[in-house]
Amino acid sequence: MALLQRVAEQGRRVVRFTLDGRPVEALEGDTVMTAMLTNGERLRRTEFADTPRAGFCMMGACQDCWVRTEEGERLRACGTFIADGMRLVSGGEWTS
Amino acid sequence: MMRERIDCDVAIVGGGIVGGSAALFLRQARLSVTLLERDWCGAKASGVNFGGVRRQGRPLEQLPLSQRAHAIWGRLPDLLGTDAEYIRSGHLKLARSEPDLASLIDYRERSQGFGLGLEIVTGEAFRRRWPALGDRAIGGSLCPEDGHANPRLVSPAFARAAAKLGAVVREQTPVDRVEKDGDRFVLLSGDALEVRARFLLNTAGAWSWRVAEAFGEPVPLESLHPNMAVTEPLPRFLDVNIGVEGGGVYGRQVPRGNMVVGGGRGFALDADRARPQRDAVLTLMRDAAELFPQLRHAHVIRCWTGVEGYTPDRNPIIGPSRTTPGLFHAFGFSGAGFQIGPGVGQTLAELVTGGETPMPLEAFSIDRFPPTA
Amino acid sequence: MSELLPPVIVGAGPAGIRAAERLVAAGLRPVVVDEAARWGGQIYRQPPDGGFTRPKTALYGFEAGKADAVHRAMAAIRDRVDYRPRTLVWNCEAGALDLLSDGTSEILPFSHLILATGATDRVLPFPGWTLPGVFTLGGSQVALKFQGCAVGRRVAFLGTGPLLYLVAYQYLKAGVEVAGVFDTTPFAAQARATTGMLRDPATLAKGLLFVGWLRAHGVPIHNGVRPVRAEGAERVEALVWRDARGQERRTGCDAVAFGLGLRSETQLADLAGCRFRFDEADRAWLPERDGAGCSSVPGVYLAGDGSGIAGADAAELAGERAALALLEDLGRPVEAARVKELDGRLARIAAFRRSLSAAFPFPVDWAAAIADDTMICRCEGITAGAVREVARSGQAREMNRAKALTRVGMGRCQGRMCGATMAELLSRTLGTGPDGVGRLRAQPPIKPLPIATIVPSPRGGEGTDGREVA
Repeated sequence: MALLQRVAEQGRRVVRFTLDGRPVEALEGDTVMTAMLTNGERLRRTEFADTPRAGFCMMGACQDCWVRTEEGERLRACGTFIADGMRLVSGGEWTS
Repeated sequence: MMRERIDCDVAIVGGGIVGGSAALFLRQARLSVTLLERDWCGAKASGVNFGGVRRQGRPLEQLPLSQRAHAIWGRLPDLLGTDAEYIRSGHLKLARSEPDLASLIDYRERSQGFGLGLEIVTGEAFRRRWPALGDRAIGGSLCPEDGHANPRLVSPAFARAAAKLGAVVREQTPVDRVEKDGDRFVLLSGDALEVRARFLLNTAGAWSWRVAEAFGEPVPLESLHPNMAVTEPLPRFLDVNIGVEGGGVYGRQVPRGNMVVGGGRGFALDADRARPQRDAVLTLMRDAAELFPQLRHAHVIRCWTGVEGYTPDRNPIIGPSRTTPGLFHAFGFSGAGFQIGPGVGQTLAELVTGGETPMPLEAFSIDRFPPTA
Repeated sequence: MSELLPPVIVGAGPAGIRAAERLVAAGLRPVVVDEAARWGGQIYRQPPDGGFTRPKTALYGFEAGKADAVHRAMAAIRDRVDYRPRTLVWNCEAGALDLLSDGTSEILPFSHLILATGATDRVLPFPGWTLPGVFTLGGSQVALKFQGCAVGRRVAFLGTGPLLYLVAYQYLKAGVEVAGVFDTTPFAAQARATTGMLRDPATLAKGLLFVGWLRAHGVPIHNGVRPVRAEGAERVEALVWRDARGQERRTGCDAVAFGLGLRSETQLADLAGCRFRFDEADRAWLPERDGAGCSSVPGVYLAGDGSGIAGADAAELAGERAALALLEDLGRPVEAARVKELDGRLARIAAFRRSLSAAFPFPVDWAAAIADDTMICRCEGITAGAVREVARSGQAREMNRAKALTRVGMGRCQGRMCGATMAELLSRTLGTGPDGVGRLRAQPPIKPLPIATIVPSPRGGEGTDGREVA
């Protein structure tokens, strides 16, 4: 179930991306964070304890929301906008 | 105000890895020791260096001391009560050209008999063994028992272990005056503290020239600032500590996954503090990404540097003063004091307790430089 | 001082924009560097481009007029400033900033610099605070304002400070269920402080309105609360808390929005060499600034919440005031009457601020009671016990030493989220005041820097003595 709930501004263009290989949708102007958390419950799992994280400050200070793309690129989810065709990963690079 | 007075056998100026380990070995020999540290023990170069625990690549004249240190590193948990994240991961020195490889082979030959156990790996075997290293290197020389450790933990731990054995360790205690009064050294820290001792160890790192000068032994010591950076944690891809023949960049991945890399120089803010320098940071990032393709998408989360004393010939100054009986120097490690430090500390303890050491120290004598005046 | 270089402003919030406006009015063309994609700062943050339609009254409520005025001020000078959005300042060294924009690093030399770097929520840890669904109050507001999203379906609001009731009210207005407001301030302290807040009846009235509105809609409001834990396996399922009488209670919710006032972003001032002092009201080390906004470094000026929390109205005034100080230093004529007016208004706000911090006191006992096994450093996963241990054993008597030994503050956030906690734990364990353990030194890069950062040539390479160290 989604962590973030849309309560307004839902008339925007649909953006299609994949989350852990699954095709999903977001809206233009969504941050990567919004896009992922309206389609799931976390952004990543931590390096040291493998626990889920979903960001915290949403303004680029806490650095909790770094996520990976399938290509291995790292994005700060609260400050990066979603784009068509992004392939995002929320799972454990650390347990594999 | 009452001035506190301490009488002891040995006074040590500087609580880095050399002074701290000397204090520890002197306490093991049951001498009374007072260690004075201007900052916090192990907070300067000993605590902020790259963390390489490396014998390979040192000038041959350092290898006996380095081997002695190697043995001490091997029993770190016994000595310090912590392993301080020390791992014998191996140290791999990379060659990026045929001449560099030849130079590594030459070093292996020259260093035979010192017990480094160097192994030259090239070509296909090299790629199979370290697939993570990309194509930039054509081979390398592995010293299997070299490794790395967390300097922030190791260096303070020596002074702490010495204190546990009864050494008097005073931090935030600068030495403002030092002189000899008859057969005693007298050290003053402000008006608050006077230490009197039969022996004095000058292990004050980049600031050691002050003590040397106070006893009429000016030395050409220069402060430089190695530039370092660390990335966010990454999945493990590298088990060895990496250096490059001919310089450039060096790196190690810590067990938590962060990649620590170094190269270039920071700049001095003042005599005591330094900062990473922007061009050095950016150059280091570029060089590191080129050497370690796994860093392609990584971020640097922190840069730092420190203040380290360098001598003109990049060898340290170790041994007895030429002017003042009872004074021993050990400084000027020129960016390479971390591994060898505890071996030097043990040697200083020998010099104090027995007046001699089996370690060859001729190359490190304080009077090898022309007078600087 | 050289006037050849344009003045540089870091931050395009209320302080930065008003500073730029004043410099433009004097005929200068300032560089305005901002990390966000659009101007406005956090408080007046604008939605992204592309299809957002809510009017400003919906986004900023009572502050819509102010937000609009600030936005318009910047729009009006847009073509007379060198505006650099989406640009991180990652370092300040030797009279120049290092900028990162679109993956490329650039050096921006300055002779005069106004730092208007803003603030984020001040936080203390509690068990479960890293669970998905726990966000800062400011973050929860950003989600709503900037993305049209709520952080959950049923949200608990926890903490203290002006944002607590405001954001709860905004969520309720947006149709989100508010599980309750869990105010760490005892009721009595707030009532007492109300007297001081009469200096600014409008602010007081707004606060009362939020509370009244929440009560009228059946939202439970609890005073004197301490969090026990956020519960849940993969995400928040409940907030367990202790009421003012010490009774443990549980409130089901799928999100917790929490904050304890604000914390200044001071890293650049530190790298610029500004002297710091301990500020009792903010319970933090802040770069010194005089009434005009001058720092201890000639040519470096400070404005807005980045150098002491005073709110958006003060930020606007302080931004303009700093610009006037800068102009004066350049030998430009400045209107004495305007200076006097700004100084007077800033002084009145400062007095009001003091009563606000009395109304929303920092919960000192919360920090004291953090259990040893509570994670205080989100980046590195370090517990409170680790910090107490290095203090108790005599290994660390100040912040940087504790950082070196424990790793708290060494991670990606560089102490932004854990620094206040570590200061509280250290000072309490050591028995010093909160000012007795020093402050974390800033280090470049102040935020993570991609290793693949592009450096335009000709740069770097020269003088690199890369001999392996240690």
